[in-house]
This record gives sequence, C-alpha cells and structure tokens, in this order.
Amino acid sequence: MDAMTLLTFFVLSVFVGFEVVSKVSTTLHTPLMSGANAIHGVILVGAIIVTGRSDSTLALVLGLVAVVLATVNMVGGFVVTDRMLEMFKGRSRPAGRGGGDAGGAR
Amino acid sequence: MNLLSPTWTALGYLVAAVCFILALKGLSSPASARRGNLIGAGGATLAVVVAFLSEDLHHEVAIIAAIVVGSVVGVPAARRVAMTQMPQLVALFNGVGGAAAALVAGLELTQHASQGAVSAAAGAFTVLVGCVSFAGSCITFAKLQELMTGRPVTFPGGQYLFGGGLAVAVALAAWVVVQGADGRPSGAVLGLLALVSLGVGVLFVLPVGGADVPIVISLLNAFTGLTVAASGYVLSNTLLLVAGTLVGASGTILTRLMAAAMGRSISSILFGAFKGSTAGTAGPSSDRPVRSGSPEDVAILLGYARKVVIVPGYGLAVAQAQHTIRELAELLEARGVEVIYGIHPVAGRMPGHMNVLLAEANVPYEALKEMDEVNPELKTADVALVVGANDVVNPAAKTTPGAPIYGMPILEVDQAQQVVFLKRSMRPGFAGIENDLLYDPKTMLLFGDAKDSLTKVVSAVKSL
Repeated sequence: MDAMTLLTFFVLSVFVGFEVVSKVSTTLHTPLMSGANAIHGVILVGAIIVTGRSDSTLALVLGLVAVVLATVNMVGGFVVTDRMLEMFKGRSRPAGRGGGDAGGAR
Repeated sequence: MNLLSPTWTALGYLVAAVCFILALKGLSSPASARRGNLIGAGGATLAVVVAFLSEDLHHEVAIIAAIVVGSVVGVPAARRVAMTQMPQLVALFNGVGGAAAALVAGLELTQHASQGAVSAAAGAFTVLVGCVSFAGSCITFAKLQELMTGRPVTFPGGQYLFGGGLAVAVALAAWVVVQGADGRPSGAVLGLLALVSLGVGVLFVLPVGGADVPIVISLLNAFTGLTVAASGYVLSNTLLLVAGTLVGASGTILTRLMAAAMGRSISSILFGAFKGSTAGTAGPSSDRPVRSGSPEDVAILLGYARKVVIVPGYGLAVAQAQHTIRELAELLEARGVEVIYGIHPVAGRMPGHMNVLLAEANVPYEALKEMDEVNPELKTADVALVVGANDVVNPAAKTTPGAPIYGMPILEVDQAQQVVFLKRSMRPGFAGIENDLLYDPKTMLLFGDAKDSLTKVVSAVKSL
C-alpha cells in the first residue's frame, strides 16, 4: 500500500479518535483508558506476522516474546476493563458481598 | 495458511477497525460501556483470526503456544487483582504493549530488505517510544505499588541527563534511518537505541509524583498507541495503523481531560519537579499539636449533627471499610441525620476510581455527589467525615503556590463546622505533603485502620 493511502488512513483516524472521546465524564476516565489500552494490544497481529516470517532463532525467540507480551496486553486489558465496568451496571441484581473479589466477571 | 484473499483480509481488518471505533464510542457512556468493551474484544479476536488465515506463516504451533502462555498470564492477573490495585495493572499492561510494538518494529526492520527511509523512520520511532513507554510504565507501576516512593524523585542534573539521553536516542534513531534507507539497519544499533530509550523512559517518569502518576499512565498509553500505528506503517498493515492512531488520539484527549479535572497542565506535571518546586508546607510543622478523639467523641459529633458529608478516600477502600461506612450512614439516617458522600474526581488512584470502588461495595449510587455538587453543601454541613483521604481535601491546593497539588480543585471540607479525619497515622498522603487542616482547632483526628475505627464509631453511635 502506498504511503499516501496510509497517511490518509492516519489523518482520518486522528480525527475519529479525537471525536469519539471528546465528551466523556470523569467517572469513565479510568475504564476508557483501560479499554484504549486493550485496543492497542492488537499489536498482537503484528507480532504474529513478524514471528511467522522469522528467519533466525533469535528472531523467532524475540517474536514469540512479543506475542506473549501483546497477548497479555490485549486479553488482560479487555478482562480488567470488563471487571471495572461490571461495577457500573444497575443495582437490579444483588451482587456478591465482601469487596475484594469480583471473581465471576462475565 | 493462505485461506483468505487480500480482499477478504482487508475486509476483515476493516470490520475489526470499526469494532474498535464502536468500542471507544461505547466506553464514553455508562449505559453502553460494557457492550463497547465486548465489541472491542470481538474486533481484536477477529483481527487475530484474520492474521492467521491470511498470511503464509511458519512456526504456527509455537505462536499459538505463545498466545496461550500470554492468556494464562494475563487473564488471571486481570481477574484476581484487587480493585484498589487496578491502576498499576493497567500501567503494566500498557508497558508490555509498548515493548511488544518495539520488538515487532525492530524485527521487521532487521529481517527484510529495505522499504525505504520513511519505513525505517517509523520503525526507529516505534523502538524509541515503545521502550520509553515500557520503562516509564514499569516506574509508574513501582510507584503505585509502593515498591518505591510515590514522591517526585529528582537529583542534581537530572534534567540534563534526561535531555542528553533523549538527544542520544534521537541520534541513534537517525542512524537507523540512514542504515535503513538502502539496507537493513544493524541489530546492534537497534539494540543500543532500545537500551538508551529504556533509560530515557525511566528518567522521564521518575520526577512525576503523587496524584499525577495516573495522568502519566494515560500519556504513556497514548504513546503506545502511536507506536502501534507506526509499526502498522512498517508492516503496511492498515488495522494496526488505524487502531494505534485511534488510541494515540483518544489517549491524548483523555490525558488532557484528566489533567484538566485536576487543574494541572501536562507540562507542569512532567516538568514541574525539575523546576525545583518544594513540597509546600512539609517541614518542621509535624511537631504542631493535633486534637485526637475517641470513637465515642466522634459518635457524639455525628449522632447529634443535622448534616454529615462523608469524604471517602483510598484509605477507606484499602481497609475494605465500604460496608461499615454504609452501616454508619444508615444508622445516622435512622437518627434523622442527613448523610451524603462527597466524591472527588480523583479520589482513589485514578479519575473515577472511587466510584468504581464504592459501587463494588453496593453504596447507593444516588448518594454519591460529585465535587461541584457537594462543595456548596459543605458550608452547611455540621460535620465533614474524611475517611482515608488527604490530598483531595488539602487546602494547600488553594493557598500554597509551589505545593505539588497547587491548583487542583479540592473538596472544601474546611468550610464545614467540624472536621473529623479517620487516619492511620500522621503520615502525609500520596502526594507527600502535609495537610494544615489536620492542625486546625475544629479538626478531630481518630487514628487507626479505617475499618476498625468505623466499627467502633458504629457501636458508639448505637449506644448513644
């Protein structure tokens, strides 16, 4: 893909990114940060591609490290965001007591 | 596997990108936030499946094994972490994402024939910023986890070391671009760039202290987004480009919003400590007398008040005293006392953190008042009961220019007739500065673990 097309994608994405979060309440700052954090975990796609093309053992090892780290970022990020957001659900359902553990997320 | 044609691959990535936009959109409103997050997770899963089906990959088994390992690490960490420790986990997740992006870009540059100077520049940018994000996130983690002091760490010449390190990193990055313009950059230069950038990341975050740390996490989050975008450029992968840019842009806005909520500017957060600002009223003032009371004294104050404003802080959450405070509030209401909660936007460790913590303990959401709503009410309150909070009620934020929290909007508990602080000790709060209000004649202190103290106050109120 040529540089001009990629630049177009980049500039349009900047505007969408600005627009999408411009009106968010303080209460949601933390979950939004965590959710955005999980989204950049999509670097996993890049990690998979470079690892799959690796031509030396060192590259393979470093690539696999990248896959592990990216997976932690992506999967962990979505799960922890979900746990935070679970707290914002309506009070309709009697939640478990005793603060510390909200184990049954999802 | 080459199962997907380029057209289907591009369509798959497009759907994933739309999912990410919908996810961010959804996360901006409480009603749709959870669904938004799930849509984002669905998009990410789709993207990974498309990557597997569209590329001719070697080592597929090893890659899948690595994904399993990452999930086995990430999911339990995210599930088990106490809600009070969530900010540092978010920091850590961000850091490993930055490290992954740096590795991806470095590998692509060194393994493949030159794709030109622009691509090499994007790769060098990813390695530099990715390493800064990783090292910086590790420091924020250590600060929040209290593995090191939460205060700003400065040393003579620190800003020159930071500036010098950054200059060396940029020079190394330029070298990578020159090498990459018509060949492969050497792994050694890239490795050196990574090492210097790690050092720069450490120096970048060390001078940030106290309540500013979460804002830096948000900034590093935006950095990592940009590295993902740049590595998307290196790989000619539109999804990485779009998703990374979305996070970079929305993260930048979010960082500004968070800073604005605290009345800070980003530059004062990042470079404030370099300017030699001193820690406000810290100093010999600790010898001043304070008035401490017994649980019975506190119970009498509360039980015969007409209006009580409870100001919960991180100390309450750490002690898991949310249920006890609700019991106390119910007892007081039964006696005809009006009880409301005043929630500072950054009570806890991050914006909105206290709302999450209290919601977890089933404190009714309607009783929680935001700062702007509760400040006028504090003037008419008989007692402000501050539980485990310090910085967010510290009048130094209004009166002491030069204090690390100067300019931060606070809950004006000094306006109440009486103030009761439940604290573990006279130790200053997270921002590391003294609170003059503790020495005020109208203030009563009750020392101890928040849960113990509240339990004693509850039984004292019962026997009034």
